Amino acid sequence: MQDFFQNLSQQFETFFTQFPVVFQSLNVGFLQTLKLFCTTLLGALPLGLVISFGSMSKMKVVNKITRLFVWIVRGSPLMLQLLIIYYFPGLVWHKPIWGGGEDGRFLAATVSFIINYACYFSEIFRGGIQSIPIGQYEAGQVLGLTKTQTFFRVVLLQVIKRIVPPMSNEIITLVKDTSLARIIALQEIIWAGQAFMKGSHGISGAIWPMFFTMVYYLFASGILTVLLGRLEKKLDFFKV
Amino acid sequence: MAILEVRNLHKSFGKHEVLKGISFSLEKGNVLSIIGSSGSGKTTLLRCITFLETATSGKILVDGDAIFDGESTVKPNAKMRREKQLNFGLVFQQFNLFPQYNVLNNVTLAPRLRAKEREDYKQNKKQILAEIDAKARTLLEKMGLSDKLDFYPCQLSGGQQQRVSIARAMALEPKILFFDEPTSALDPELTGEILKVIRELADEHMTMVIVTHEMTFAKEVSDYIVFMDGGVIAEEGAAKELIEHPKTERLQAFLSKISD
Ligand SMILES: Nc1ncnc2c1ncn2[C@@H]1O[C@H](COP(=O)(O)OP(=O)(O)OP(=O)(O)O)[C@@H](O)[C@H]1O
Ligand SMILES: [Mg+2]
Repeated sequence: MQDFFQNLSQQFETFFTQFPVVFQSLNVGFLQTLKLFCTTLLGALPLGLVISFGSMSKMKVVNKITRLFVWIVRGSPLMLQLLIIYYFPGLVWHKPIWGGGEDGRFLAATVSFIINYACYFSEIFRGGIQSIPIGQYEAGQVLGLTKTQTFFRVVLLQVIKRIVPPMSNEIITLVKDTSLARIIALQEIIWAGQAFMKGSHGISGAIWPMFFTMVYYLFASGILTVLLGRLEKKLDFFKV
Repeated sequence: MAILEVRNLHKSFGKHEVLKGISFSLEKGNVLSIIGSSGSGKTTLLRCITFLETATSGKILVDGDAIFDGESTVKPNAKMRREKQLNFGLVFQQFNLFPQYNVLNNVTLAPRLRAKEREDYKQNKKQILAEIDAKARTLLEKMGLSDKLDFYPCQLSGGQQQRVSIARAMALEPKILFFDEPTSALDPELTGEILKVIRELADEHMTMVIVTHEMTFAKEVSDYIVFMDGGVIAEEGAAKELIEHPKTERLQAFLSKISD
């Protein structure tokens, strides 16, 4: 019995000495996670819109090529795309275009994530745009609105309202998907947590940091869920 | 001179010829009703005149100016088409109100955007916008919607929505107002309020073209009626005469079928 308590108090002691080190390290990793999340969103939203226009284009060639591209990207694992994009230039062209070190890995990861997520977003955008009844465009036209005015003043907000729920899903998935960048050793939060299992900062064989990373993910997705939910509420004043 | 003249208008969708040479004219301040069975091409005719479709051949004149000429090789650009479009207002069967704008803004949106193209817009912005706002309020009052200005379309009944859409079409002061079965998406008890509004517009000598299945209404509100059948005008004439003494068998059959 006494042994048990002694053991327990010892464990607490190591935990409290380890905690600041782990916390610091996980924060750094989480910052990288957040950076990847933000740059992916910033890049994939506009690129997704461009791709969605391509997939709705009346020009057959553009239309077919875009849809083929979207199919390839959505139909294969993001992890595979990460590996290909990161290693292909170096192995095939013998030119490591990404540059070395963490910056190079981050750049490769960002490009992979942007392409992948832009394709998912483009399908959501396309669905949203095509779900707007033709009558809205025609009403705009007979009222003498230009095509641009009709798009921005009449159609856009209706599209946004329709795509907020599916976009929320994708965005929350993105928070978790950033961990896939671990495969090219990007030093995001999973990488940082895992380091303490293998041995880092004089700590090894510690599993609890892995559980602790979960708190970060839950925190991030929790905040996003609340914010996106509010946006959805804000658009509740009209029906489409 | 007729305010609207349609000459030998044809329209095909692929191989399917829907309009097979439609000609009629309309005097300023008059009301023309278009009747005919389903599929006879009434909607297509309205859509061709209002540029939602491009006719295959024929001519459309407004105040003697050709706004559409199937012979012409000049392709009108978007801006020209838009100018021509503004001769016409169109009230849709399904209203097509803009759901994210309230009643007042549904009516003022197009005039406000249009005012931006005025040369004196920057100088007189406040005054111009105030005028647009005041006019929209007057129109909506006329439609009996003064107490609904800040309602959204989803909060209105079908009849109220259709009245908003009439005000919206009127706000740009079109020379001619077109209606495509304005009551057929409405419950029977709501059609009355729309017909009443159209009747009032007719009393004010608004020039209108109305596609309708309401024969009693057509007879009493319009000056002239054309009966379309299979893409041609099968019979036409003064409203009362045409409904009460149809000459062709096709119209007789149509009228007896409708009155059942
Ligand atoms: N965009 C289109 N493409 C192909 N065919 C069309 C198109 N629009 C209409 N049509 C065809 O044209 C014919 C006439 O249609 P239209 O809608 O003008 O008839 P309508 O007289 O308005 O009928 P209703 O009383 O049912 O509204 C129909 O056979 C229809 O199938
Ligand atoms: Mg029709």
